[in-house]
Amino acid sequence: MARRSCRASATILDPDVQVTVMTNTKNGNDITLQLDAMSKSFPGVKACDDISFAIESGEIHALLGENGAGKSTLVKMIYGLLRPDSGSMKFNSKPFTPEDPRTARAQGVAMVFQHFSLFDALSVAENMLLSVENEPISGISDKILSLSELYGLTLSPDQIVGNLSAGEQQRVEIVRCLLQKPQLLIMDEPTSVLTQFETEKLFHTLRQLVSEGIAVLYISHKLEEVRHLCDRATILRGGKVIDTCLPAEETAFSLATMMVGSEIVAPVRKQISLGQQCFRISGLGVASQTQFDTALVDINLSIRKGEILGIAGIAGNGQDELMLAISGESRSSTGEIWLEDQRIDGETTNERRRRGLVFAPEQRNGHAASIDMTLIENALLTASVRKSLTRNGIVDWDSTTRFAEEIVDQFDVRMPGVKHAARALSGGNLQKFLIGREILQAPKMLVVNQPTWGVDANAANAIRQALINMAGEGAAVLLISQDLDELLEIADKICVIHAGILSEPLSPETTSRAEFGLLMTGTENSHSVS
Amino acid sequence: MILTVIAGGTLFTLMGKNPLEAIRVIFLDPIFNDTVASYTRPQILVKAAPLVMIALGLSYGFRANIWNIGAEGQYIIGALAGASVGLALYPSEAFWLLPLMGLAGIVGGLVWALIPALLKIYFRTNEILVSLMLVYVAINLLSGLVTGILRSPIGFNFPESRSFHALASTHNDELIAGTGMHFGVFFMLGLVIFCYWILKRHIFGFQVTLSGQAPRAAKFAGINPNLMIVLCLGISGSLAGLAGLLEVTGPAGKLTTTFPVGYGFTAIIVAFLGRLHPLGILLAGLLMAITYIGGELAQFMIGLPAAAILVFQGMLLFFLLATDILVNFRMRWNTQSKNRSRIARPS
Repeated sequence: MARRSCRASATILDPDVQVTVMTNTKNGNDITLQLDAMSKSFPGVKACDDISFAIESGEIHALLGENGAGKSTLVKMIYGLLRPDSGSMKFNSKPFTPEDPRTARAQGVAMVFQHFSLFDALSVAENMLLSVENEPISGISDKILSLSELYGLTLSPDQIVGNLSAGEQQRVEIVRCLLQKPQLLIMDEPTSVLTQFETEKLFHTLRQLVSEGIAVLYISHKLEEVRHLCDRATILRGGKVIDTCLPAEETAFSLATMMVGSEIVAPVRKQISLGQQCFRISGLGVASQTQFDTALVDINLSIRKGEILGIAGIAGNGQDELMLAISGESRSSTGEIWLEDQRIDGETTNERRRRGLVFAPEQRNGHAASIDMTLIENALLTASVRKSLTRNGIVDWDSTTRFAEEIVDQFDVRMPGVKHAARALSGGNLQKFLIGREILQAPKMLVVNQPTWGVDANAANAIRQALINMAGEGAAVLLISQDLDELLEIADKICVIHAGILSEPLSPETTSRAEFGLLMTGTENSHSVS
Repeated sequence: MILTVIAGGTLFTLMGKNPLEAIRVIFLDPIFNDTVASYTRPQILVKAAPLVMIALGLSYGFRANIWNIGAEGQYIIGALAGASVGLALYPSEAFWLLPLMGLAGIVGGLVWALIPALLKIYFRTNEILVSLMLVYVAINLLSGLVTGILRSPIGFNFPESRSFHALASTHNDELIAGTGMHFGVFFMLGLVIFCYWILKRHIFGFQVTLSGQAPRAAKFAGINPNLMIVLCLGISGSLAGLAGLLEVTGPAGKLTTTFPVGYGFTAIIVAFLGRLHPLGILLAGLLMAITYIGGELAQFMIGLPAAAILVFQGMLLFFLLATDILVNFRMRWNTQSKNRSRIARPS
C-alpha cells in the first residue's frame, strides 16, 4: 500500500509546507527533545547503545530500524516506561527524567501505540475521560468536537469504540493525545492498520500538527512513507545510531541498506506453470457467533498447484473466520471444502493435516505457538501428524528435536537453542520458525494468515521467498494478508474480502491499487478515493 | 515452607506451647523418634497413598485449567460404590471380589466426576461450583445409606456398615506384616512413575500442558477441548474413587458417617505443593502425611488441638500461593498523590 499511497499523498501535499519545514530544520529550530548517550541493557543484549540525536520542534522525525534495533526500547525510555542505564534527556532544554508515563504526559510527551489501548465497550468520550487528568466531564464532548474539526479528525464523541474502524480508533487515540496539548507526539507504526485513504488523512493531520510547532517522532517500517512524510530520519541498527539523514534525499533502497547493514535481497518470483486444481471452496458460509466476529457469505475460491492466491482486506472483514473454517478449528460452516478430490469440510484439523493441508495462523503467541513451551514442543504442536513424531501416543522426542533443529537450520532462525522457550525469540525469528514448521512438513497446500505481520524486513523477505519456493515446487499457497504490497509482490491472483464477502480473483498486473483499495473499503468510500 | 514453620511456631507459642518442640514433634518425630518410628514411618506412606493418588489425578485437570474441586465427593462415592458391591455379595469369599470392588470404586468416582464434565460441555456450567456442590451431595448420600440399607445388621443400629476386615475377600490387608502398608501404597508408587512417564513421554501429557498454557494453540494442534474436560475430570474422579475404596476396605475398615476426613481437599494442597509434577506430588504427599501423623503425635504428646493442625496445613497452602505471587510480581507501594481521583487507565 505504501508505495502508491505516498506518491498520491505527495501530490496532495502543498509543496511549500515541505520547503518551509526543511528550511526550519536547516536554520536550527528549537530543540524539543535532546537525547544524549542513552544506553539500556537487558540480560544478554544491549538494546540501546550510546544513542544521541535531537528532535526539533516542527519536524516529523522518523525512527527507522529493524525489529530488535532498539526502537521500542528507546521510545519506552522517552515515554517513561523504562529507565535508561546511562545517558540523559533534555526536553525543551530542561533535564527530563520521566518516572512513568504519567509524568511524561504531564511534561508534554504523548504516544500513540501500534496496538490501541481503548475500551471497546465505552464511548469515545468515556475513553478520553479515562486517560486525561484534570478534565471536567461536562466539556469533554465539545473539546473533542472542536479538536477533531480543527485537525480534520472526524469523530463523534458518543459512538462506541468497538464499532469504529481501525482508522477511526486511531483518531480517538490521536485526539486523546492532543487533549493533553503535547509538544512531542510519538507514533508507533501508525499506518499498519490503515487503508490508503486513511493514511493520506493521517499524513495531512500530522503535517498540520508540526506546522503548529509540535514535534512528531514517527516509527515505521514503510520506507516510502518515511521518505515522503518525514523531514529527518534517524536510523538505528543493533542499538546504535547509524545515521541521521534527510529521507527525501535518500532512496528506499539506500534507507533499507542502512537499516539492515547489508543489501536486501528482494524475493524473486520465477515464472512457473500452474498445475491442476488443488483446493476448492464452494458456497462456504459461517454465521457470526458473537457481535465482534464477521459472518462469511457464499465464499467461492479455487487454487491450482503451484499457485499463490492472495486474499486482501482490512482487518476484521472475515479473514480470521475464513482461516478457522479452512483449518477446521471452527466447524460450524456450510458449503463445501475440497482438497484435490477429497471433500474435507467434515474433517478435524489433524485429519486435514494428514491429507496435506497445513496452516499458519496470524496470532503467533497462543495460537500458532505456546510461548511458554520450548521450540521442540512447539515443533510437535502441528507436525506430530505428518512427521510421525508419535507412535501409539508415545512422543519420539529425538525425532522431534531433530525436526526442530532442521527448521532452525533451513530457515535461519536465530535463537539461544531449541530447548529454550519460544518467548525467547524475537517476533521475526519465531515467525520464521512457525512458517518453516509448516513448510517442512511437505504439504500439498499451506494456508497462511499475515505471515510477515510485525516482522522485520529481512525476515519478511525470507518468509516471502520461502512461500514462493514452496509454490515453485508445486504446492498451493493461500496467502491472507492486510499488506497489499506483499500480495502484489508474490501472489498470482488476488481476491479481496470485505464484510465477509470475497471478490472474484483479480490479476495484480491489470488491477490498480486504487481499485483494490476501493474493494477493500467497500463502496461507501468510493467518492473520497479519486 | 520456612514461613509456614515461622508462622506456625508463632501460633503454637500464642497457644502456650513450646514452638520448637511442637515443630519437632510434627515434622521430625514421625521419622526419627525411635520409640514411635517403627509404627509411624510406614503410616506416613499409608496416609500419603490416598493423598498422592487423588493429587496425581487432579494435577492433570489443574494443568489443563480444568478445576475439579470435588475430589472429596468422588472419593466418597468411590468408596460407597465399591463397598456396596462388597456388601451386596456378602458373604462371598471369591478372590475376585476385591478387584471387582476396586472397579466399582473407579466407576463410582468416574461417574461422579463426569457430572460436572458433561454439564460443563453441554450447558457451560462452572465445573468448580458443580464439583464442589457434589461433595455435599455425596456426604449426605453416604449418611443416608449407612443409616439405611447399608447399615450393618449386627452393628447395634450404629450408623455404620459391616466391617470389610471380617472377610479376607473384602479386606485390603497390609502386604507387609505389622506396617499397615496396604495395596494402595504400592499402587501409589507405581502410579507416580506412570504419571511421570505420561507427562514426559506421552502425547497426552503434552496435550494437557498445552491446553492449560494456550487453549487456542491446543485447538489448533487438533485437541478437542471437550474431550480434554472429560478425560481430566474422568481421570481425577477415577483415581479419587479408587483411593476411597482402598481406604474403606483398608485402614477405615467400614463405611461410617465420619468416613470422609478431607483427603479430597487436602489433595488439592498436595497437588499445588508438588507443583503439579508427579515426583513433586509424591514428596508433597509425604510431607502432608507427616503433618497428619505428626499432628496426631502432637495431640497426645504435647496436647495440641486437632484444629491447630488443620490451621497449620492451611498455612502451608497459603504461604505457597503467596510466595508464588511475590516471586512473579513485584510489590509497589503507591506513593502517588491521593487528592487526584484514581481511575484505571488503559495504557
